[in-house]
Amino acid sequence: MGAWGLFIAVFLACAVEAVEATTIVLAAGTARDWRSAMTGMIAALGVLALLVAALGPAISALPLTGLRLVVGALLLIFGLQWLRKAILRASGYKAVHDEDEIYRTQLAAAASVPGRRFGSVPDWYGFTLAFKGVLLEGLEVVFIALTFGSNARDIPLAAVAAGCAVAVVAAAGVAVRAPLSRVPENTLKFVVGIMLTGFGTFWGAEGAGAHWPGSDAALLVLLPGIALFALGLAALMRRGRSGRAAAQGSVAPAPQAGPPAPQAG
Amino acid sequence: MGRRLRAFLAFAYDFVIGDDWRIAAGVVGGLAVTYAVSRTSVPAWWLLPALLVVLLPVSLWLAIRRR
Repeated sequence: MGAWGLFIAVFLACAVEAVEATTIVLAAGTARDWRSAMTGMIAALGVLALLVAALGPAISALPLTGLRLVVGALLLIFGLQWLRKAILRASGYKAVHDEDEIYRTQLAAAASVPGRRFGSVPDWYGFTLAFKGVLLEGLEVVFIALTFGSNARDIPLAAVAAGCAVAVVAAAGVAVRAPLSRVPENTLKFVVGIMLTGFGTFWGAEGAGAHWPGSDAALLVLLPGIALFALGLAALMRRGRSGRAAAQGSVAPAPQAGPPAPQAG
Repeated sequence: MGRRLRAFLAFAYDFVIGDDWRIAAGVVGGLAVTYAVSRTSVPAWWLLPALLVVLLPVSLWLAIRRR
C-alpha cells in the first residue's frame, strides 16, 4: 500500500468516527456548558495520545507475520460488521444513521440532568458526556491508525492522517455549531467497510501464510470485487424488500425516513 | 468491582465481536483453515474471499429473518 493509499484509508475511517464524536461534544456543549464539554474533549484526546504513544512503539516491535494475522482478523471482523450494517441500511432494513436525530436525543437527555460542579469543571455531566463520547469513538480511531500504520510500517503517517481527519471534522463542527448532518456518513461507512474488509482479508491471509497472486497488486482486484459484491447484495435485498411489500399490498417504509436508495453506510 | 468488570467485558465484546458473533467465529475459522492449507502445496489465498462470499449473505439473511 502506497503512502497515499494509507493516508486516504486512515483519513476516511477516522473522519467517520470523528463525526460521531463531534455530535456528542456539540450536544454536551449546547445543552450543558461549553467549557466543561471542551475540557472533557481535551482530556479524552490526552488519554488517546498517551495510548498511541504507549502502544505505537510496542506494536511496531512485533513480528510482521503475527501482527498481520491478528490485525487482519480484527480488521476483517470490523469490516464485515460495518458492511453488514451498511447493506442493511442501504436496503432499507435498518434506519439510516441520522446525526440530526442522534443530536436531538443527546440534547434532550443532557438537558434533563441537574448540574453539579466538580473541582475546576463547572458541569461534571457535560464533562463526562464529552469525555466518554470522544474516548469511545477515539478508541476506534486509534485502533484503525495503529493497525493500518503498523502493517504499512508507517505509524507516523497513519497518525498524521488520523489527526488531519479529527482536525478537519472538529473545525467544521465548531464552525457550524451544529451536527454535521451534511457529511454523507452512511456512504462513507459503506466505503470504510469495504476498505476494512479488503485490507483485513489481504493481511489476514498473508499472516496465515497464504501468498497473494501479484502480491500487493491483488488489492486492486480485491477491493473493487468486495465493493461490487456488497453493492450487489444491497440491490438484491432492496428488490426483495420492495417485492415483499408489494405482495402484501402496501409499501413498507424503511425504518425512520431513510430513502432506500444507495445511501448505504 | 464485579459490575465494572461486567461492563468492561460487555464493552470489549461489543467493540470486537459486534452484532453477529458468527462473523467473528467465521473469520477465526477461515484464518485457521487458511493457515492449514498454506502448509500444503495448495494455494490458500482464495479461502478468505470465498468465506466472505458465504459469510456476509448468511449474516444478512439471519438479520432480515429476525426482523
